[in-house]
Amino acid sequence: MTKPAMLVLEDGTVFEGVAFGAPGERSGEVVFNTSMTGYQEVLTDPSYCGQIVAMTYPLIGNYGVNADDAESRGLWLEGFVVKELSRITSNFRAQTDLDTYLRDHGVPGIAGIDTRELTKRLRTAGAMKGVLSTKDLDADSLIARARAAPGLEGRNLAETVTCDKTYQWDNGRGTGVSPVKKRNMAETAVPHSPRVVVLDCGVKYGILRRLRSAGCEVTVVPASTGAEQIAEIDPDGLMLSNGPGDPEPVTDVIETVRSLIENPPRKTPLPIFGICLGQQILALALGGKTYKLKFGHHGANHPVKDLRTGEVAITVQNHGFCVDIDSLPTGDVEITHINLNDQTLEGLRHKHLPIFSVQYHPEACPGPHDAQYLFNRFIELMRKA
Amino acid sequence: MPKRNDIEKILIIGAGPIVIGQACEFDYSGVQACKALREEGYRVILLNSNPATIMTDPEMAERTYIEPITLEMLEVILRRDRPDALLPTLGGQTALNLAVEAHEAGLLEKFSAELIGATAEVIHRAEDRDTFKEVVSAAGVEVLRSEVAHDMNQARRIQVDLGLPVVIRPSFTLGGSGGSVAYNVEEFETQVAAGLALSPVSSVLLEESVIGWKEFELEVMRDRNNNAVIVCSIENFDPMGVHTGDSITVAPAQTLTDREYQAMRDDALKIIRAIGVESGGCNIQFAVHPKTGRMVAIEMNPRVSRSSALASKATGFPIAKIAAKVAVGMTLDEIANDITRRTPACFEPTIDYCVVKVPRFTFEKFPAADDFLTVSMKSVGEVMAIGRTFKEAFQKALRGLEIKRAGLGADGRDVPFDKIDPAAVRRRLASPNSLRIFTIRLAMQQGMSIDEIYELTGIDPWFLDNMKQLVDFENELTTVCENSDILAEYFNRISNLQTLLRGTSREEIEKLAAIPTEQVDKQLEKVPKEKKEQFLRDIKDTVEFYSQWKSSDHVVEIIRKAKQWGYSDIQLATVFGAEPENIRAFREFHSIRAVFKLVDTCGGEFEAFTPYYYSTYEREDETRPSEKPGVMILGGGPNRIGQGLEFDYCCVHAAEALREMSIPSIMVNCNPETVSTDYDTSDRLYFEPLTLEDVLEIVHREKPRGLIVQFGGQTPLNLADGLAAAGVPILGTSPASIARAEDREQFSEMCSRLGIRQPRNGMASTIEEALGLAGEIGYPVIVRPSFVLGGRAMEIVYTDEDLRHFVSAALEASDGAAVLVDKFLEDAIELDVDAVADGTDVYIAGIMEHIEYAGVHSGDAAMALPPHRLDEDVADEIRRATRDLAMELDVRGLMNIQFAAIGGRELYILEVNPRASRTVPFVSKVTGVPIAKVATRVMLGETLASMGLTQPRPPLTHVGVKESVFPFSRFPGTDAVLGPEMKSTGEVMGIDRDFGLAYAKSQIAAGTRLPTDGTVFISIKDADKQALLPTIRRLRAMGFDILATDGTSEFLDRHRVANRRINKVRQGRPHVVDAIKNGEIALIINTPSGRRPRADESAIRINAVAHGITLITTATAAEAAVEAVAALRAGTPDARPIQEYLENRWKQPVA
Repeated sequence: MTKPAMLVLEDGTVFEGVAFGAPGERSGEVVFNTSMTGYQEVLTDPSYCGQIVAMTYPLIGNYGVNADDAESRGLWLEGFVVKELSRITSNFRAQTDLDTYLRDHGVPGIAGIDTRELTKRLRTAGAMKGVLSTKDLDADSLIARARAAPGLEGRNLAETVTCDKTYQWDNGRGTGVSPVKKRNMAETAVPHSPRVVVLDCGVKYGILRRLRSAGCEVTVVPASTGAEQIAEIDPDGLMLSNGPGDPEPVTDVIETVRSLIENPPRKTPLPIFGICLGQQILALALGGKTYKLKFGHHGANHPVKDLRTGEVAITVQNHGFCVDIDSLPTGDVEITHINLNDQTLEGLRHKHLPIFSVQYHPEACPGPHDAQYLFNRFIELMRKA
Repeated sequence: MPKRNDIEKILIIGAGPIVIGQACEFDYSGVQACKALREEGYRVILLNSNPATIMTDPEMAERTYIEPITLEMLEVILRRDRPDALLPTLGGQTALNLAVEAHEAGLLEKFSAELIGATAEVIHRAEDRDTFKEVVSAAGVEVLRSEVAHDMNQARRIQVDLGLPVVIRPSFTLGGSGGSVAYNVEEFETQVAAGLALSPVSSVLLEESVIGWKEFELEVMRDRNNNAVIVCSIENFDPMGVHTGDSITVAPAQTLTDREYQAMRDDALKIIRAIGVESGGCNIQFAVHPKTGRMVAIEMNPRVSRSSALASKATGFPIAKIAAKVAVGMTLDEIANDITRRTPACFEPTIDYCVVKVPRFTFEKFPAADDFLTVSMKSVGEVMAIGRTFKEAFQKALRGLEIKRAGLGADGRDVPFDKIDPAAVRRRLASPNSLRIFTIRLAMQQGMSIDEIYELTGIDPWFLDNMKQLVDFENELTTVCENSDILAEYFNRISNLQTLLRGTSREEIEKLAAIPTEQVDKQLEKVPKEKKEQFLRDIKDTVEFYSQWKSSDHVVEIIRKAKQWGYSDIQLATVFGAEPENIRAFREFHSIRAVFKLVDTCGGEFEAFTPYYYSTYEREDETRPSEKPGVMILGGGPNRIGQGLEFDYCCVHAAEALREMSIPSIMVNCNPETVSTDYDTSDRLYFEPLTLEDVLEIVHREKPRGLIVQFGGQTPLNLADGLAAAGVPILGTSPASIARAEDREQFSEMCSRLGIRQPRNGMASTIEEALGLAGEIGYPVIVRPSFVLGGRAMEIVYTDEDLRHFVSAALEASDGAAVLVDKFLEDAIELDVDAVADGTDVYIAGIMEHIEYAGVHSGDAAMALPPHRLDEDVADEIRRATRDLAMELDVRGLMNIQFAAIGGRELYILEVNPRASRTVPFVSKVTGVPIAKVATRVMLGETLASMGLTQPRPPLTHVGVKESVFPFSRFPGTDAVLGPEMKSTGEVMGIDRDFGLAYAKSQIAAGTRLPTDGTVFISIKDADKQALLPTIRRLRAMGFDILATDGTSEFLDRHRVANRRINKVRQGRPHVVDAIKNGEIALIINTPSGRRPRADESAIRINAVAHGITLITTATAAEAAVEAVAALRAGTPDARPIQEYLENRWKQPVA
């Protein structure tokens, strides 16, 4: 039997739908994602911490859920919104269905609402706080709670999603290796491999898999790890991971990065690669500023131009904040990539140091693999250094 | 990189006539390419033999050659116009093949024209099976495993590795013949042995079979800067083994995880780069094993295709337009996305709806052909539907097909499931056929599990489960009917209210019920004064009734859900035992109305500026109020035999005329192949099924000033009455006039009053009546159902026995309406007239003379304009009759009349259709007067006089001949004889200074090879012998050898025409079929002997089609052919652009 659920926005918009996943009432910033595939990767992406995610593609759950496609150790989002939840799963790798998966991980979902109306609302009014409830279905009280909910700005969510303690990524995750995986995700270690420390602000496994398959030895450290502790590992390179929310309050990490740039553990400068939140943290450490986008970029089809080659990559994006192009110290930092849709900053590089970053997700998961060459660029930097 | 400026003139090759597998999608792509290239400042030259296309409109290119698509013509054009580049990727396989031929013949080099879009090397790498496999697998993409065997032992070893089923292809056989699939070891042994024997080098290629695997397609686009994007993914509902053109397809892919999808995307990009498509689009097909996920690349088309047209309509990303721009060197990031304007075309569209395409078959036209779907395409058209769920889109597509289905069942059209043997159901599931989805529903009703259906069909369980949800929901709907009396009462009450207050919602009515009578006058303007009090009591009663009816909310909710799942009012009416109007009234009362959403390429992320809509039942409606009311054009729906490109041409012209007049145009159509469903064509596009319900929902939002129903063929005309009854204004000729022309009695009365002769005729509603009528009129008679296009179930009948048979078929086809029985005029010249009338004047656009005698459907007949055998006084009589009928019927817009002249003199009228005919584009192209545009202006109140069309016009100094092309070779075993039932799929035009040359060109363009020497086989019926004697003498004089069977041979001997006698099939060997098979015959003239064809005649025709030998089946066509042969013997015909023929023939009025 179907149970009702309700999604309200702080501007008073109310959507009535059907509950799935876990029962409950949760608040968060409501965002939409335009990927047509990859809902499981979206669900397990720590960058969605603090958010209620709506999929613009209406038919979700068709291919079920499997252990291999998880991007982190859990689900971090507050709620999940779809137009239609598939009644069955149909895929040779499916292990469970989406409804069960959400229930098992304590995330409530709502189905059967006009997700396009929701998307357009967010597009025109900007990202909003909202409440998804399967318990209290009184719109007025939910709206009041949506308004009272904390937003993303000023919150250090990296603390919430980072790992508890340092660990080595050894690709031991997942079971049942598929042929697709075998062919496309070959993860073989190379001798004398560069040692990368990944500063985990909510890292996706995709980044770790990519580094590993490019031949790196991967050590993941909690966000609170200081520069000295990182120096003790003696890394060949530092990866600043993706992560949720506003970069500004993540002051400890910004400080750590600044210190590692100014006083590298070895005599030579430390190669650094930042992805998404990692880019924002890097920019802040270099003296730049960040700002909140109206409704963010969440999808797998954004064109990003590499200003040096003129080539365009179709990229995976997931960010609500962005580095202010004008705030960067022009003497030291060069803009390398821009978004062709809205001309926002997508990539930068330090003119004198082996440091670069991108706002989008070269690890994909979900989305196109066009930008994976960036991992090789990072390896080259480490080899040169 | 900016566009190239080292090229200036570009030649685009079109796809020629509509055939199965190559339909109007190439007009759509051609039009886009012409527009895109001219927009960038290039000079465009065009070659296409198909006059019914928009792309061959004189305004589309600088020089338009409506000439045969042959190497000879291409050479003439290259020599004369010296284009810098040739763009061959937008005209289907026809254009690609001609480009390769031209390359191989050294023509491109000779005239220094460069292939753009795809080079000859790219085409070769993509199209040659072995090279493709080699190149692609070297790039790291998996292809089908295969190995060559030279003997049986080797074959057995290979088979063990490949498993079963396995495909066996004998090496180096002609056209790859002798290929087969072995499903078991026994079959394998025999087929390999046969294959080894068949192969001239005694070897067979053994290839793993992917039958039953999941099938996917990706549409890919790449520019010369190496930017590549996937425009759309498509998942086939039917697994591998059914041609993708015959398969239901769904966009985007539904059952791939992101990992699998990205692996496919990676492979597609590797393939496009390895094959080397540097600046263009292509389509790549993949098969995925359902249990292991193993993925192999099957094939690639290095050009735009039917799938790319579908992908363009499905996503809003105009593939052909962008392909044309990247072909001239622009890069994707330089090209703007039309829809969002602010973002570039260098992105991958994301969609927030589900798209379903369902093919339209026409097996009823070819009863001898098997309804069995294989890798060879058989469908003639398709419907696309957009919905927010698969279920909704699927049901919308099914009702858009116009196969009398209102959705997936629940429409009273299926035999009850308990009346069908489950074993028969299993059989029908196991072999793919055009009606399999309805069998799946029956199987589900009989309780067959999804797993079992999956085992039998290979259709992915996700699709099957969605169908099961519909079947389950139908059961739920049925339970609502338990209170059927109350429901019926309620439907009635609401219907009564809604008759007076059409479209008023419950809230509004309740408000009315609550306020005192004296205050409601204003709200009840529409209600006659005397009824007002009664009406208010009705309102109160109904509201009262509603509030007391306990399950009413449940009914409202279930109907709302039904609409969200795509159920039509007809289906709901069938389930509830009500009328569709009741359901509509109920919905209007409860505000269950369609909302319209935008197709915007980006899932709502950016603002969209292009009003391209689809309907769904959700909350937010995105239509914008228009500044001034528009005119709505109803399109023709899916292509089928009898209704195709010609009607889309008319609809597009209507939109163009409206644009010239600054009136907003609103297009409604559901055929993704068309130009009419390009968002560029009209001001607002509704991609919707053409049913009364769907159109009324659009009318409700748009409130147009009027509807044009006379351009889309029979489809919109069938809706005219319902629309008029709902109070929708119909522009042009009134539905009442249309009905008068269709009503035989009224029509007869009118003809006799106007003094126009009609063949004796009558109407019958039973077989007995028909027999009586035929006795009165005298055989032969022609039998046909009323209100159908394309001569469906129309037959010439010579005996009582045949009459019984055909009348019952015709009664079936006409849905119970009466059957028409007419005297058949043997050996008469048939004439088609197209005219436009404005109520005061009549413009006769063209009188076309059929080459074939009356009795061949006008859609199949070859026609000449102007007529070449008609007496001027008969022509005058035709003009007079046309004027009289136009005035009598008060025609406003287009009309078409068919006449027959016995002996070329005695004139009879056959029928009048106050609507656009199939010949409108042909007439427009030959005369230079775009009569569909003229008619549009007339419908909106302009006069013919104001357009300068009442003045006498200079006679034509050229001749146009329209010829039809037929799908016989697609339906093996079908007799290629022409009759009153239309069988052609498309048309070509030959145009030149005289009839012989024009006819010759029309034949060449239609793929008919007219030999200039060799042997002609002649077997003609007695009635034709005398008439054909001069023609046969002429053949002899030109040096042809004549081969004839008994009767004809004797006749020729008697008249001293040298000939050789040959055995009929029954007379022993060697006989005529042997001679055909041995390639001894260059041309066959075989006129059928009246009644049903004799067996050996059929054998001759079937073998002629199978061996590609030109076959002429009427005496008049033989005369014309010989005329053409004579013209061809005088030398290669010249090519001349249409703009030169039409110079100064008509000036378009300025709005």
